[in-house]
Amino acid sequence: MQRRDFGRLLSGLALTPLLPRRARAAGWEATLDEARGQTVYFHAWGGDPKINAFLEWVGGQAQDRYGVGLVQVKLAATTDAVARVQAEQAAGIVTGGAVDLVWINGENFAAMKQAGLLYGPFAQGLPNWPLVDTAGKPATMTDFTLPTEGFESPWAMAQLVFEYDAARVKVPPQTLVAFEQWITDNPGRFTYPQPPDYLGVTFLKQLLYGLMKDASVLQSPVDEAAYPALTAPLWALLDRIHPALWRSGRAFPANEPALGQLLADGEVFIGFSFNPGRASAEIAAGNLARTVRTFTLTGGTIGNASFVAIPFNAAHRAGAEVIANLLLEPEVQARAQDPAVLGFQTVLDLAALPPEDRARFDALDLGLATLPPDQLGPALLESHASWTTRLAADWTRRFGVAQ
Amino acid sequence: MILAALPRLTLALMALPVLAGLAGTVGPALAGGGAGFRALLGWPGLGQAAALSLVTGLGSTLLALGLCLLLLAALYGTPGFAPLRRLLAPLLALPHAAAALALAFLVAPSGWVLRLVSPWATGWTDPPDLLLLNDPMGIALMLGLTVKELPFLLLMALAALRQDRTERLMTVAATLGHGRVAGFVLTVWPGLYPQLRLPVYAVLAYAMTSVDMAMILGPTLPPTLSQQVALWQMAPDLAQGPLAAAGALTQLALVLGALGLWRGAEALGRAAVAAWAVSGRRSVWLDAPARRLALATAGGLWLGLAAGIAALALWSVAAEWRFPDALPARLTSAGWTAALPGLIPALSATLMVALAASLPALVLVLGCLEAETRHGLTATPRAMALLYLPLLVPQIAFLPGLQRLALATGAEGTWPAVAAAHLAFVLPYVFLSLSGPYRGLDARLSLAGRSLGASEQRLFWRLRLPLLLAPLLTALAVGIAVSIGQYLPTLLIGGGRVVTVTTEAVALSSGGNRRFTGAFALLQMLLPALAFGIAIAVPRVLWRNRRGMRA
Repeated sequence: MQRRDFGRLLSGLALTPLLPRRARAAGWEATLDEARGQTVYFHAWGGDPKINAFLEWVGGQAQDRYGVGLVQVKLAATTDAVARVQAEQAAGIVTGGAVDLVWINGENFAAMKQAGLLYGPFAQGLPNWPLVDTAGKPATMTDFTLPTEGFESPWAMAQLVFEYDAARVKVPPQTLVAFEQWITDNPGRFTYPQPPDYLGVTFLKQLLYGLMKDASVLQSPVDEAAYPALTAPLWALLDRIHPALWRSGRAFPANEPALGQLLADGEVFIGFSFNPGRASAEIAAGNLARTVRTFTLTGGTIGNASFVAIPFNAAHRAGAEVIANLLLEPEVQARAQDPAVLGFQTVLDLAALPPEDRARFDALDLGLATLPPDQLGPALLESHASWTTRLAADWTRRFGVAQ
Repeated sequence: MILAALPRLTLALMALPVLAGLAGTVGPALAGGGAGFRALLGWPGLGQAAALSLVTGLGSTLLALGLCLLLLAALYGTPGFAPLRRLLAPLLALPHAAAALALAFLVAPSGWVLRLVSPWATGWTDPPDLLLLNDPMGIALMLGLTVKELPFLLLMALAALRQDRTERLMTVAATLGHGRVAGFVLTVWPGLYPQLRLPVYAVLAYAMTSVDMAMILGPTLPPTLSQQVALWQMAPDLAQGPLAAAGALTQLALVLGALGLWRGAEALGRAAVAAWAVSGRRSVWLDAPARRLALATAGGLWLGLAAGIAALALWSVAAEWRFPDALPARLTSAGWTAALPGLIPALSATLMVALAASLPALVLVLGCLEAETRHGLTATPRAMALLYLPLLVPQIAFLPGLQRLALATGAEGTWPAVAAAHLAFVLPYVFLSLSGPYRGLDARLSLAGRSLGASEQRLFWRLRLPLLLAPLLTALAVGIAVSIGQYLPTLLIGGGRVVTVTTEAVALSSGGNRRFTGAFALLQMLLPALAFGIAIAVPRVLWRNRRGMRA
């Protein structure tokens, strides 16, 4: 809990430069008028058919409610969209850009914001913004310790959960010590995505959280003097477990989908993902065994939020704002949380919702494998971005070239 | 007049975007006093990654060329060759990524082969922990590349070979007491290889720079250099731009070095063939084992392709398929119902772009070759290098520059712009499929025509074009297949507005869902398979009464 309070403090501080408040109601009417008839090109990772189907449904809602069309431009990687806006900026295209809205977080957001590629602040001006649980979910305002300052609007919460096949793992190891023991006892049945993949680095950071005495240093930039001593236990742990990993640590899956496939194929018995509802949704889709369940570590697991942002030169800015707001509608959020649809956790403050909206969430069947919110455990804050880069580089130096 | 200027025009069309893009790579690579190169040298995996690129590229090309020679020498002109010929179209149409995925699913420890024999034969109820794919030596990658390169080389060879002439040469060799293999290597191969040379170079460059196969089958500790460059290129951290650019230039140098090595090896090969001929050894004993090996290779290809396509098809409808089940427990149409609504627009956009890129490419290439013939022009090595730049330079290294060009002209986001970008990749392939057969045309035929009073126009339309029907259609099919395979150019130049089956397929397979990967891989095969089918069938139907016209 301490860490969460620390995060709240941080995000509160970040907000103090007061954002220009818009005359919400009147301004929004003008936005709606301008948006009517626009078609918004939403650049979003297209690797998950469930997400694609959900966005298509959102598009139908946008058309019915506001007369705004929505086209998902399916990307293999968000960097494709970042590179595109960069190229437009380099070519001097300041209006009529191809990207209206982009699904983003973390390093991509940091890169775009720093390069002045984003429009904003706009998030706090959205009519649904007051529903967002900024106090209980500080990650909605702080993206990898970088204050969002209204340049992106949250739409889904993510938290690291471990997925295991209960038919093969009787007691899931919920502490670091137990986890290490389990890996050594079950050689070849655990692995993690190869850093610098974000999920792989998240795993390293998760280990650091468990190994450090004072994990709050993760919230500040890497201190070169302290770094070797702080991370020595991590490298020692990896040296111990690598021989017992899948393929004896001589190959690693590329990313989260690849790891998920290994779990589905029964090659590993424990996997993990950044979506507490993924396992249930994959079971419902017939991709994962019905015996898969999820667990988190005592002390909490890393959590973050997914956002949408609007490039500085978006051709349909008003339409993009309408979509960003629509994504915060309780009805849309409840649908996203439905494990049969996406299983994404909501960004809204359920306690603050009107009863009929709260009922939508209460009615959800969590699915076979999803932990109820009170058993999910605390969400630990993402580290400062410099840790991501540094850990990934060190991992590559130590393990990236097999002997 | 126009015709004489056409080669220069074509070269300009090819070289401009690539050079503009390259300039956009050299800049960042040298920026900050070579910071990119310093970072590259600081990367501990550099030596091993470069070695991997070299070994997998050279190894797979050598293996593919060797197998191509073996199949031709042992089987060409025999009844055993016909099934092999039918195999080419689907093998060529299978996209690289889909081929890699299918192969991976067949031979992985949790793959189909082991599922079929587990647990009754192996005792395994869980997949064994064996490093069959992603092996540090890159053997899996090399085999995957070979499977995709061999059909291309075979196709190029078939387009260049003329059955009547080959049979005459083989007959002469046989009357001198040579075995089949010795006869082919000593009499046919020396004339064939010069026509295969450019396709072989393209294959070598492709094998060294391809990313999609390396991603699935290749080692990861470290990956091949080109894959690492792609990873750096994709990193959101803008500071890695110079590093990626330096890596791309190093990769380019590596490809050029490998081509140099290959050229050296060609001289050795020539000397070996000459020594064999001079020695007078008839080597009849070679025929039986060569034939067995060739039949085994062809059979293996057949089996692999059939099993691969069956695996993709099964996965596209599998709802639950656990190890060690030999077949899915439940079936679902979810993959196909999700794929179908967007299918018609995606297919038509794909076809439109592919034709809009391949037809002009074919016309330009024909024009260039015809200009060569009529005006006695010869392609200088420098011109050829320019033509092949799009194949030699790693795509990711010059595409951002190309995109900037499209943005500056306001052409991006439209399908003609995408087709224009595809042209840069399609044209070299069309050129290399057509130039061999075109230059290989018997000059005495044109001479005979001229002596009968035919004009150059008439010679072109009535003599050269009909003679070249098979290679023309093949070149068009290659162009279409290359265009359909393009992912990055379509995405970058199309701005996401131009949706093809490939952009859909790649986006979906990034999620690792085998059901959708299977469905889209099959869809991706559809158009190229059709084009290759036509290229193989039409000449056989049209020339059914002209034995000498058939390849």
